Amino acid sequence: MERDGERIEITISSRFENIELVQVIAEHLCENAGVDEDGSHWIGMAVREAVANAIKHGNKLDVAKKVHATFLLRGKELEITVADQGEGFDPAKVSDPLNPQNLMKTSGRGIFYMKTFMDAVHYSFHPGGGTSLVMTKNLAKGSGIASTKA
Amino acid sequence: MKATTTTVGNVTIIKLDGKITIGSGDTQLREVIANETAAGRTNILLDLSGVTTIDSSGIGELVGSYTTVTNRGGKLKLLHLPTKLNELLHVTQLITVFEVYENRDEAVASF
Repeated sequence: MERDGERIEITISSRFENIELVQVIAEHLCENAGVDEDGSHWIGMAVREAVANAIKHGNKLDVAKKVHATFLLRGKELEITVADQGEGFDPAKVSDPLNPQNLMKTSGRGIFYMKTFMDAVHYSFHPGGGTSLVMTKNLAKGSGIASTKA
Repeated sequence: MKATTTTVGNVTIIKLDGKITIGSGDTQLREVIANETAAGRTNILLDLSGVTTIDSSGIGELVGSYTTVTNRGGKLKLLHLPTKLNELLHVTQLITVFEVYENRDEAVASF
């Protein structure tokens, strides 16, 4: 891990037990930036979901493949990038978990969580393989689900 | 995650403690519910007061547990929702699916 002022990077192998390492970094970074416990928790949860997706759906649990997370804090603007080495996916095919037809599905809520807890979520797909997820959050906006968009 | 089971009348109360997250507590919850329903115990009250963290996989397992029990002709209800889990059930609109109780005796009597 490298820490250079407001930038933190970590690379993990694709194991579920590593998710919490990245989540904890997010929570500590937020708390150090003055975000309250609840707000830090929800941002940490968004990171957890992003890393879990990268491990499970991106790298398909191949421990030889890595997940790289970068945290960049500029003032109160937090940008988190989670990159995997998988084959990518079509975000348009991700179903809406709030649709009554999908309410009882056992999966498919991870991206919804991220969009709920963060201000913006974007994907980019690299020609040589790999997906980068970029999430941003203005830490001055307050915290908790109630203050984020649904 | 730790699951502790007690029985009150015809209701099985399962107290969950710890994390229900991908790769750990989620699969454990599935196994616990599978074991109970296989044994014919399908009136299940999940005491969630000891749950410290639940992610989307954990929420998914709650939904899967509900479906498993309902398909067996039983009922699955929730007791003592931690604040953050309560918020998650609201934001995912799953609060409309689950019966939630704050009082154990009332919950048991509702089956």
